[in-house]
Amino acid sequence: MKVLVTVKEVGEADDDFEIEGTDIASSDLEYDLNEWDDYAIEAAVQLAEAGIAEEVVAVTIGPERAEETIRMALAKGADRAVRVWDDAFEGTFADVSSKVDVFEAVVDEEEPELVLSGVQAADTAFGATGVALAERIGFDHAAVVNDLDLDADAGVANVHRELEGGIEELTEVDLPAVLTVQTGLNEPRYASLRGIRQAQRKEIAATDLADLGLTPADVESTLTLTEMYEPESDSDAELIEGDAGEAAGRLAEVLREKGVGA
Amino acid sequence: MSDVLVVSEHRRGELRDVSFELLTAGRELADALGGDLHVGVVAGDVERFADDLNRPGVDRIHAVANGEEFDHTVYTAAVEALVDRIDPAAVLTPNSVNGLDYAPAVAERLDLPLVADVLGFEYDADDGLTVTREMYGSKVETAVAVEGDRFCLTLRGGEFVPAEGVGDAEIEPVEIEAPESGARVKGFEEVGGGDVDIADADVLVSVGRGIGEEENLELVEELADALGATLSSSRPIVDNGWLPKNRQVGQSGKVVTPDVYIAVGISGAVQHVAGMKGSDTIVAINTDPNAPIFDIADYGIVGDLFDVVPELVAEFE
Ligand SMILES: Cc1cc2nc3c(=O)[nH]c(=O)nc-3n(C[C@H](O)[C@H](O)[C@H](O)COP(=O)(O)OP(=O)(O)OC[C@H]3O[C@@H](n4cnc5c(N)ncnc54)[C@H](O)[C@@H]3O)c2cc1C
Ligand SMILES: Nc1ncnc2c1ncn2[C@@H]1O[C@H](COP(=O)(O)O)[C@@H](O)[C@H]1O
Repeated sequence: MKVLVTVKEVGEADDDFEIEGTDIASSDLEYDLNEWDDYAIEAAVQLAEAGIAEEVVAVTIGPERAEETIRMALAKGADRAVRVWDDAFEGTFADVSSKVDVFEAVVDEEEPELVLSGVQAADTAFGATGVALAERIGFDHAAVVNDLDLDADAGVANVHRELEGGIEELTEVDLPAVLTVQTGLNEPRYASLRGIRQAQRKEIAATDLADLGLTPADVESTLTLTEMYEPESDSDAELIEGDAGEAAGRLAEVLREKGVGA
Repeated sequence: MSDVLVVSEHRRGELRDVSFELLTAGRELADALGGDLHVGVVAGDVERFADDLNRPGVDRIHAVANGEEFDHTVYTAAVEALVDRIDPAAVLTPNSVNGLDYAPAVAERLDLPLVADVLGFEYDADDGLTVTREMYGSKVETAVAVEGDRFCLTLRGGEFVPAEGVGDAEIEPVEIEAPESGARVKGFEEVGGGDVDIADADVLVSVGRGIGEEENLELVEELADALGATLSSSRPIVDNGWLPKNRQVGQSGKVVTPDVYIAVGISGAVQHVAGMKGSDTIVAINTDPNAPIFDIADYGIVGDLFDVVPELVAEFE
């Protein structure tokens, strides 16, 4: 079977950052592969290594900069990648449904039997894309999967869904399916030097909306980011000043007052 | 088309707290829209749940008695049927693990704009709906304007006061035909037993990704020993296999309420905070002055744990 993995490049704010307009200044963001997608890639590559998946294709919606991230997915073992971008996305806050428009078109083209995506994107944290995609393309799905046993012959994925409070739901999902992958599902590998070298030769198909038979109107977002600001802290925390020794000394005092270490 | 539909949540025979928070949020939104508040309760002992959900401000409760536990196929079909009946402007669901398993499908099927993990909202007839939510690991807050006059929101738990008291809602059984589910729940498993129960500890030293490497755990173990505290952690430490699952604090781990909670190299992600915000005294040691953990801390040291922790150990030796 073919496995499609959605892979997002996410920005992480530096300790000191400025907000420019409605986003953090790009010079104050470190870009990286979304943590949850790292686990999804690993799951797909393990399926390939087990002889269950014939091909692992990574797909991203992102500007040229995102090639670095998708290259990382290739270095870890994805066979090839599709990067979708269009001027229409520039400067917008894409809603779930417009991303699903894109992924649906890619699914039509690639015809995967399994789509793996992350539980959430670390930066925007919607936690919605995988399940919305499943609904659109008529696959079944499971969200927040932290254990996966794929039985290709029976056509099912046996998964654990990690609920709140240390309870897991054991569920059997019919294939084709979309699973949203939770961290801890596996141990994501580091890209090897050999992997990184091989990744240079793997294909990243740069694709725009027209290539997918879509128009900018299809992906018009219903959401607009109108403001971004640092949250007002209503904390009355005592910030302990001084060098490490002084700070530790003051904290020790506080802790002793609370009866700690007595 | 100015009503609000709230979808409640229960698990293994109990309504979850977030259901009552949703009633408060739902009432607020219904007032802003000038409509009624409808509550959907799906699967399980719906009659008992409906009685419990009948709190002041609720106008009508729709009880859909299909199945026992959560099943996304049933939930999606039920919400679709209720939306058909009620024609609401807004559908509100919890931003819970099960919420993540059906709300995006509902929004997609009904072609509603979706905003997830919402902290608050404002509505007025001229400007429509604007919601507040966080981004970048809670380092920033944003306002998001939603186009159109219908929408689906998933609400973060713990942001609204749960509705209390007894109301006078009409309770109505609803029959729906749900298609056969392609995702069948086979059972549940409780994880994370083991040697210690971190929920019993009076003092917790809790370690996060700031520790960097597994070898460095020794440092926080020494601190826990020196303080007579128990060692707990954030999720990545458990994901990496450095500590067993029973040490994890948070939404998918344990909820703890010790006298003193010392967060070392933990950013304070919402799913972590959900498990420890009830601690009496919270101490945070973190290099990043903007780390959200400082917003809920009582005492904070902005500093490198590799400098501070050894000094703190020395203080107690
Ligand atoms: C459905 C779901 C459920 C989840 N459940 C849980 C849960 O139960 N528990 C949980 O914890 N998380 C949970 N998470 C994950 C959560 O979103 C965060 O990813 C996680 O809490 C981050 O852990 P952290 O703070 O250790 O790591 P990070 O967010 O990476 O933070 C590390 C911190 O260490 C600081 N730091 C770095 N170096 C140093 C140094 N030398 N000295 C001092 N400070 C330093 C950094 O400034 C940073 O603030 C869940 C996520 C999802 C989607
Ligand atoms: N722009 C994107 N490119 C590729 N994958 C994405 C993108 N946005 C979301 N995803 C996928 O959807 C998952 C959930 O993201 P979200 O619903 O935005 O929190 C992520 O872990 C990714 O796998």
